[in-house]
Amino acid sequence: MNTEQQNTAAGPELVVGVSPHIHSGASVERIMLDVVIALLPAVAAALYFFGLNAARLIVTCVATCLATEWICRRLMGRNNTLGDFSALVTGLLLALNLPPGLPTWMAIAGGVFAIAVAKQVFGGLGYNPFNPALAARAFLLISFTGPMTTWSASCIDATSTATPLGMVKEAFKAGAPAPFAMDGGLTLDFLLGNMNGCIGETSAIALLIGALYLLYRRVITWHIPVAFIGTVAIYAAILHAVNPAASMPVHFHLLTGGLMLGACFMATDMVTTPTTARGRLIFGVGCGLLTMVLRTVKTGAYPEGVSFAILIMNAFTPLINRATRHRIFGAAEAAKREARK
Amino acid sequence: MKVSPAPFLFRGGIHPPDSKTATAALPLKDLPLPARLEVSTSQHLGAPAAPCVAVGDRVTAGQLIAKASGFISANVHAPAAGTIAAIREAPTPTGRTATAIIIETDADAPAGEPPYKPIPDWREQAPRSLLDRVAEAGIVGMGGAGFPTHVKLSPPGDKPIDTLILNGAECEPFLNSDNRLLIERAEQVWEGCQIIRRILGAGTIRVAIEDNKREAAKALAAAMESAPDDAHIHLLKTLYPQGSEKQQIYSVTGRTVPMGGLPMDVGCVVENVATAYAVWDAVVNGRPLTARAITVTGDAVNTPTNWFAPVGTSFADLVAASGGARDNLAKLIAGGPMMGFALPSLEVAMSKTSSGLLLFPRECVRPYRSMACINCGRCVEACPLGLMPNELSQAAEADDIDEAENRHVMDCFECGACAYVCPARRPLVQHMRRAKAVITQRRRAAAQQKKT
Amino acid sequence: MITSILVVSGIGLVCGVALALGARYLSVEENPLIGTVTELLLGANCGACGYAGCGGYAQAIVAGEAPPNRCPSCTPEALAQISAALGIAPIEAAAREVALVLCRGDDEQAQKRFVYDGITACAAAAAVGGGDKACRYGCLGYGTCLRACPAGAIEMVNGVARVHPELCISCRKCVAACPRGIIRMVPAASHTHIFCSSRDPGATVRKVCKVGCIGCRICTRLAEGAITMDGTLAVVDYKQPLDNEELPAKCPGKCILKV
Repeated sequence: MNTEQQNTAAGPELVVGVSPHIHSGASVERIMLDVVIALLPAVAAALYFFGLNAARLIVTCVATCLATEWICRRLMGRNNTLGDFSALVTGLLLALNLPPGLPTWMAIAGGVFAIAVAKQVFGGLGYNPFNPALAARAFLLISFTGPMTTWSASCIDATSTATPLGMVKEAFKAGAPAPFAMDGGLTLDFLLGNMNGCIGETSAIALLIGALYLLYRRVITWHIPVAFIGTVAIYAAILHAVNPAASMPVHFHLLTGGLMLGACFMATDMVTTPTTARGRLIFGVGCGLLTMVLRTVKTGAYPEGVSFAILIMNAFTPLINRATRHRIFGAAEAAKREARK
Repeated sequence: MKVSPAPFLFRGGIHPPDSKTATAALPLKDLPLPARLEVSTSQHLGAPAAPCVAVGDRVTAGQLIAKASGFISANVHAPAAGTIAAIREAPTPTGRTATAIIIETDADAPAGEPPYKPIPDWREQAPRSLLDRVAEAGIVGMGGAGFPTHVKLSPPGDKPIDTLILNGAECEPFLNSDNRLLIERAEQVWEGCQIIRRILGAGTIRVAIEDNKREAAKALAAAMESAPDDAHIHLLKTLYPQGSEKQQIYSVTGRTVPMGGLPMDVGCVVENVATAYAVWDAVVNGRPLTARAITVTGDAVNTPTNWFAPVGTSFADLVAASGGARDNLAKLIAGGPMMGFALPSLEVAMSKTSSGLLLFPRECVRPYRSMACINCGRCVEACPLGLMPNELSQAAEADDIDEAENRHVMDCFECGACAYVCPARRPLVQHMRRAKAVITQRRRAAAQQKKT
Repeated sequence: MITSILVVSGIGLVCGVALALGARYLSVEENPLIGTVTELLLGANCGACGYAGCGGYAQAIVAGEAPPNRCPSCTPEALAQISAALGIAPIEAAAREVALVLCRGDDEQAQKRFVYDGITACAAAAAVGGGDKACRYGCLGYGTCLRACPAGAIEMVNGVARVHPELCISCRKCVAACPRGIIRMVPAASHTHIFCSSRDPGATVRKVCKVGCIGCRICTRLAEGAITMDGTLAVVDYKQPLDNEELPAKCPGKCILKV
């Protein structure tokens, strides 16, 4: 059975690398694609409620982000990363975070900022400290406060030019009672997304369907959404219990503004959020607290606080990661042994 | 004697598809004696054995051909009668090179007497004489690392051992060599296990078997019919790496081996089932460790087979006996897919620690990428040690070896769970290994400097 | 409005005074020569001298730890001025040296034993099965030197690193970075080199590479002392003049090239 001469032909073709030699099959591309799939209900809701304006913003933002990503990588002499779909996700998320009437050129500016400044300047996917779409939204909000807070283009509520959160904040600032009561009909409208707001944030139900898909696909874990939304709920409940006249009920806070979009899609962006379960809980609670503070402090400039809350917590991510590292197997025992000596 | 689920479970771990069905039901087959055996002097951890034969010498089956050199080393014996054709450098299955003794085998040689005196009445013998037998028979840990067994079985006096764990987890996908050994030779394994207990003077025996190997557990339970009440089979939840020593000790006893410590620090010794079988063979039959069970499988081999083959058989011979390799062969792995070594060619000989030979076709080989970490945290969830592979690999990548050292990269035992789940397909284990190599080198240099 | 102006001006005034006091009382005495020398060194901070920037090198020069002629970008005039400033005898500029990768066994010329899969870095690749190149001494081509080079003088050509001598700043970072140790500093004035580092016997070299030194010694005879044998490897002795035009054509291993 001397087979020395056999099979040697396969030699130079063999692949040699370090273990492990099998892989789960998970990929960044698939994760990004799952996020896109999970956003489809919200996109559908945006198209339904805001029509052509939504289509215009989505196409503009996605195209801008993809183009900017391609150009940046090209200019930096790096590989083309359009294939990882992260720019697609950023474009989509940015569009969903914009008011329907925003001029196209501002959306383009936002897309360029998201990719060029908030992402590629830091080295691209994986290195950005802040969620690019949110950073771009903050950039637009500060640069073009007027257009970013003008909601008159809504197709359903032409009489009011403010979001529910905005109306409430103005009323409470003026010391007036709540401008509307959260009855069953209004709650259903809010749940479905029939109100003023950014094109992708209004339909809580569409966003929750997407979030369930992400959970099912294990792209995200429950920690951040649950901690975020839970904190908002508890905070709102306490406020309402203490002073029902000058605060809104819990379900108002859960269904309005960018909470669902933020908690399920923006605060769960893995690049800019903590890696451990405990860290994610802390992150979620922090986002929730900041959101409610920004929403309810009467002297605050903005009626909504989700974007800034997440961006601020993004900055704390490295610190949270550091503080919530796992206990290393046997470390406590080794320390005990050291102490005994 | 009881069979019950393991009482504890370590944190982390992964669930790779077990891929064992192709060979799970195939009985062990004795490999026809190959014409040539390439017996390495470095089949164990520690110093290579020193050859004690010369080219041209005739050797009998089981004859000592290389002597252990130093305390952490192991004897090497001729797996078959024949003539020493050469003594030269040869690649080992772990990707290094070491001196190997090449034997042209003589298929017509009479079987002859076993080289050592059988000790069927081992129950009456002093533990010391049994330990000596384990040492002279060149037995090493056959689960993977190949740590010399006699060293493991001589813990210092201040470390009393109260629990012997027989490791039958075989948590690596694809492999069935331990599984088949348990199913077919349960009584021998059990007797070997008792011999080890006698050597250690350990009180209880705990057997750890993953719950996807019920047949093996049943066979062993039958062999253990008459065992005392304190012996116990624990079915481990199928989870990689249950077979890893420290994780297994935790699953079975709830004890945590201190970081940087050894199982004996918590009164445990873990021995692999193949090692127990080799101990039985050495004590009861007087035969040294020169053959072992090995699973040859994967989608690029024609006839997947569980072999019982002599140490030193070239992988080319093993593959040829298994119906040959298919044209789409793209990766050759000595050991399991999680911790095994990819080989550059089939011209490598199996060793005492070769539990498997995997032949993967092109479509199963997914190359690594040098993509940035996206911070998803899956590796952090998967690491059974609670390390942060994402941060460690980034530190290693940036050549910040000090940071990696401070964050305990040296504790990583390269199980590969992190790299298995990484969606960016980063070569995490390679980063760890590189950082560890640099640190080891630095420590050695520092120790040297201290001396001079 | 006026309050704002006053407040800002006040803050500016306080900080200015604090800085002035700090400069007056907390400053560290420094040999003024170091400043002079640093300025003469052009301040490119390239690291070619082996020190952390021009300031570090100037300190070493003034302390007498290093000769002033290690800076490759220093003009002879500047060097003379430095010598004058130090009050030492004028020192001659050292001959410029450039890095050279002693291997041209690229993807077409040299064999590979397997397909490497892992980190794109030479040291990491060398640790996997001894490296994918069949030749143990060959350039692995995973770009560790390229990334170490601060001047962008190294390029990967067909899987082998090549230094562009005109861009090389003689910093030796690539020499230190190469895990195979096959990058060597050579005089920039020399143009004929032996592009092979293999110490394997000729028969082995032949098997794995089409452009390797086979140890035939033909070049040692033609070069009249400017090429010596180190075991089975021919090595250029750059101290001797080497002007035999025929060498590249006469080398059976095709590893002597004039560049």
